[in-house]
Amino acid sequence: MKSYILPQYLVERDDYRCIRCEVCVRQCAFDVHWYDEEEDAVFADESKCVGCLRCATLCPTNALVVRHNPTEHPPNANWTRDVLQNIYKQAETGGVLLTGMGCDRDYPIYWDRIVLDASQVTNPSIDPLREPMELRTYLGAKPDALQVEGKGKKVSLRTRITPQLRLETPIMFSAISYGAISFNACESLARAAAEMGTYYNTGEGGLHRDLYKYGDHTICQVASGRFGVHADYLEVAAALEIKIGQGAKPGIGGHLPGEKVSAEISRTRMIPKGTDALSPAPHHDIYSIEDLAQLIYALKEATHWKKPVSVKIAAVHNSAAIASGMVRAGADIIALDGIRGGTGAAPTMIRDNVGIPIELALAAVDDRLRQEGIRNRASIVVAGGIRSSADVIKAIALGADAVYIGTAALVAMGCHVCQKCYTGKCNWGIATQDPYLSKRLNPEVGARRLVNLLTAWSHEIMEMLGGMGINAVESLRGNRLRLRGVGLSQEELDILGIKHAGA
Amino acid sequence: MLRSAFCRDDKDFSACSIFGMMNMRGEKFDGGPVITAIANMKERSNGLGGGFAAYGIYPQYADLYCFQLMYDDEGAKEETEEFLKGSFSVEGAEVIPTRPCEGVDDPPLLWRYFLQPRENLACEVADVDDFVVRAVMHINVRIDGAFVFSSGKNMGVFKGVGFPEDIGRFFRLEEYEGYIWVAHGRFPTNTQGWWGGAHPFNILDWSVVHNGEISSYGINRRYLEMFGYICTLHTDTEVIAYAVDLLVRRHGLSVEDMARVLAAPLWTEIDRMPERERELHVALRQTYGSLLLNGPFSVIISNRGQMIGLTDRIRLRPLVAGRNGDFMYISSEEAPMHLVDDTLRETWIPQGGAPIVAELEESTRKEEEEGAKVLSLRGPDSA
Amino acid sequence: MKIEVDHHSGLPGVFVRVDGKVRINARQLHYRELNNMIKGAAAEGAEEIVVDNVYGQRYIGSGIRRAVNITVHGVPGNDLGAFMDGPRITVDRNAQDGVGNTMNSGVIVVHGRAGDIVAMGMRGGRIFIREGVGYRAAIHMKEYRKFRPVLVIGGETQDFLGEYMAGGLVIVLGLGKKGKASFAARHIGTGMHGGLIFMRGMVEEHQLGKEAAAVQASDEDKELIRPFVEEYAGYFGGDPREIMRSGFLKLFAKSHRPFGGLYAY
Ligand code: SF4
Ligand code: SF4
Repeated sequence: MKSYILPQYLVERDDYRCIRCEVCVRQCAFDVHWYDEEEDAVFADESKCVGCLRCATLCPTNALVVRHNPTEHPPNANWTRDVLQNIYKQAETGGVLLTGMGCDRDYPIYWDRIVLDASQVTNPSIDPLREPMELRTYLGAKPDALQVEGKGKKVSLRTRITPQLRLETPIMFSAISYGAISFNACESLARAAAEMGTYYNTGEGGLHRDLYKYGDHTICQVASGRFGVHADYLEVAAALEIKIGQGAKPGIGGHLPGEKVSAEISRTRMIPKGTDALSPAPHHDIYSIEDLAQLIYALKEATHWKKPVSVKIAAVHNSAAIASGMVRAGADIIALDGIRGGTGAAPTMIRDNVGIPIELALAAVDDRLRQEGIRNRASIVVAGGIRSSADVIKAIALGADAVYIGTAALVAMGCHVCQKCYTGKCNWGIATQDPYLSKRLNPEVGARRLVNLLTAWSHEIMEMLGGMGINAVESLRGNRLRLRGVGLSQEELDILGIKHAGA
Repeated sequence: MLRSAFCRDDKDFSACSIFGMMNMRGEKFDGGPVITAIANMKERSNGLGGGFAAYGIYPQYADLYCFQLMYDDEGAKEETEEFLKGSFSVEGAEVIPTRPCEGVDDPPLLWRYFLQPRENLACEVADVDDFVVRAVMHINVRIDGAFVFSSGKNMGVFKGVGFPEDIGRFFRLEEYEGYIWVAHGRFPTNTQGWWGGAHPFNILDWSVVHNGEISSYGINRRYLEMFGYICTLHTDTEVIAYAVDLLVRRHGLSVEDMARVLAAPLWTEIDRMPERERELHVALRQTYGSLLLNGPFSVIISNRGQMIGLTDRIRLRPLVAGRNGDFMYISSEEAPMHLVDDTLRETWIPQGGAPIVAELEESTRKEEEEGAKVLSLRGPDSA
Repeated sequence: MKIEVDHHSGLPGVFVRVDGKVRINARQLHYRELNNMIKGAAAEGAEEIVVDNVYGQRYIGSGIRRAVNITVHGVPGNDLGAFMDGPRITVDRNAQDGVGNTMNSGVIVVHGRAGDIVAMGMRGGRIFIREGVGYRAAIHMKEYRKFRPVLVIGGETQDFLGEYMAGGLVIVLGLGKKGKASFAARHIGTGMHGGLIFMRGMVEEHQLGKEAAAVQASDEDKELIRPFVEEYAGYFGGDPREIMRSGFLKLFAKSHRPFGGLYAY
């Protein structure tokens, strides 16, 4: 069948600059470039290009320009290029549209409609470079009140605080499974988390034995497929996370195709090599809230009540009520993943149309837990579209205890958000199991880049806190008075619990 | 009422002078010296608010809750008195005596009531103090034009719009005798003054005067709301008073632990502490992180037995203490302490976050408490 | 109990002039009235100005640009000698916050303690405090060409001594501190990028801001501070040789540009 799909990108080569080094030929796993010896020229099959910019970035003479194909479809507000191209694709294949990364539609990004406060006169701003500035954050259930015994020097605690995760900066790496990304990418995340005093999350793909040594900085996920979940895995984790849902694909499960289940992945996930790894949509032992409680306590029991248990859900319409139930079911941490949350593979229609923006979900959940007087009983971690330190600090002011970053972390390692993770051919060595590609990401370098990112963001957060005259992050957490909306409707402002700028 | 005009979700902020003076043997003295002291720091206020709290001033009613109210009009008064009669037996009601005073304009109607909670009603609430707090919240939130600005026993708050020394003369404070006097001169930056917005802020026996601005106000308030405190005044000071009430009265923390919450040591210091101490500090910050008062502040917190001075953990607002025999002083500046006590020699500057605590001597304290206890009504929990 | 506050000892503001000497009773004077009198006397060429009954009046010594002696009896208010350029002020009791704020030249001698931010932004002249000081002493003290400010503190200091310090000399004698025990101050030299702090006694690593470093002062270093220690002893007594015999720590900025690597590209 003749394909009607236009190339998404054009690859333009300046023949004068091109020195025929063939870097692009070697770098592009999508086989776009080839060298023709007879003509002594390099050519490109643009129909295969995914726009990952690997070739352009590595070309030593900057001979390559990759750009969005400017060819225009007849102007039409309904029948846009994307819509048409998708229909051609489906008409040609009969398949469900698949994609990677997070929703790319232009739903409002509330972070960009919220501005921060700063101190002037009545309250000095603080210079974070010199004065103390505290980002340390503890995740886990807190008691409503503390009981203290004794007097003076002899005081001691009567209340036992349940296990907590200690973060030196309120940013963690989101769940991304080994399988979705390469071992080197996992190792980069683990090392960076350890170095920064924070945590990364295994996702649902188990924990490779070589990464056990980073266990103190690892949140081990327990998802519906229960891949690689066994006693050692639970034992080594700093915390456990039950994954109910994910922002990129609320309500549906996952599927790691058999061809990606290599020997290493098979060992890690504890499934036979080459078989499909299917994660059911629900946990088949959780059909209701009391079942969730049962699993939470099963995990606590199995780990001797030494680890906090997080429960991750996709942000959906009634997240607030669900979160309240989760807290009452014993979750120590509520992880909320918004509609812009990333994935290795998801049906495009689901990724782009199911779920709600994280900002609104966060505001609603924090409010609801406060109204019910149970906000202390769990920490809130948000994920799904955190792009900068400004997003982090706004999330905290809205009520989050910490954030998870996924896409931003991958970008730090080189990802160019081409959204083709599901192909397994990631030219940046991230979303691939192909050893030829994955060795492009040196874990040492990957970890360094991640550490740099968190260091820079932490500095920026300190600057912004200092500007607000605050020297400990807990004084901003849920402090919505330090936020204002710009260009938002009253309804949106009410949900976010903030006032409009100027008010 | 005026309050609604300035009542926003936000808070107003102000810079101020504070002064406190206590005789630790419980010997009483009149309001003259404290007026002199606060007037000496006139540069720190701008005439938009001044106030005083005095303890030990109503010995004849020591066991009764004294509600001091400001009303916008007779209607508010009638409605409030109706409500009070329902919940309390009203043992005394009178106009708070004042004298006309230049610089003090448009005072509201000022009344005080000596109240005994009705036993049957109070018993439904676990603690009689909680019952009183609810009554205060009810009047302040639900009755338009009425505001309870003082609700403790054997103590009273006197405050209004004007320079503190004028407010002091207006309320004829030289006619009262107390063993703790606390004063405040206010420099609000963004509101026309409202009488209720002046300091001290009071709930039950707790009074707070405060200098500085709390950057964490938003979350302090949201946290307290979870425990039923409704912030009606939009001042930092209000949240401090509620925080102290929650931590000390309801959660039973010591004054030192309260200070460790409000002005928590830095993590770097906590990390260096010996294990037991560290465990306590970590738990306090974990549990009460939302009550950390962040930003520059110095406060004087008082109750019938104590006068406590505290600054933020890196001491961005000034506070000086002095002691001379039975007298203890806490002040924004050093000079006024010497002005009222020429023989004062021992003065010091406390560390940021370290509380200065002046306590009533044990024997005096007992008398004070017992006097109150005999007649005081106890809820089933505390019986 | 009746507490008497004496408001009326002597008539406020009465000048007594005896050959170049002026005496002012500050009792009940607002700072503007008082400072106008002091400035007026200085302008008329007075050599000695003695001010009695000072209780919290601010800015004493500000706005006078000649070397006149001002003696303060009482507790002067905030910003004593702020922006001062020339006078020599002696205080017989404690001073409040902001002594020598952005001072350019002159001398301040306090026979007691001083409050917070002593010598803030000070660029020249000398300040001697017999006892301790509060928070953030010498914050952003700086030097420029011939201007090199000196602050000598006889007692202890509280936190953030020498914060953002960019120049000048601070000497903390720690007198009255028992034995060799460490100073208690924390965050010393936070953000420091110039100048020197000498401390008589011990300071632990964790008490220093991350931009400051400490070494044992050498004999040569000690020569640098000797004249000021002698001057201190001249005002308040004590044996300078005895003081100089003890070990001093010298604190200095690790770098003049501590935040060079902070920004991306
Ligand atoms: S897929 Fe990436 S590497 Fe290949 S041609 Fe396109 S931009 Fe270049
Ligand atoms: S991880 Fe790789 S495949 Fe996925 S979006 Fe990023 S660059 Fe593309």
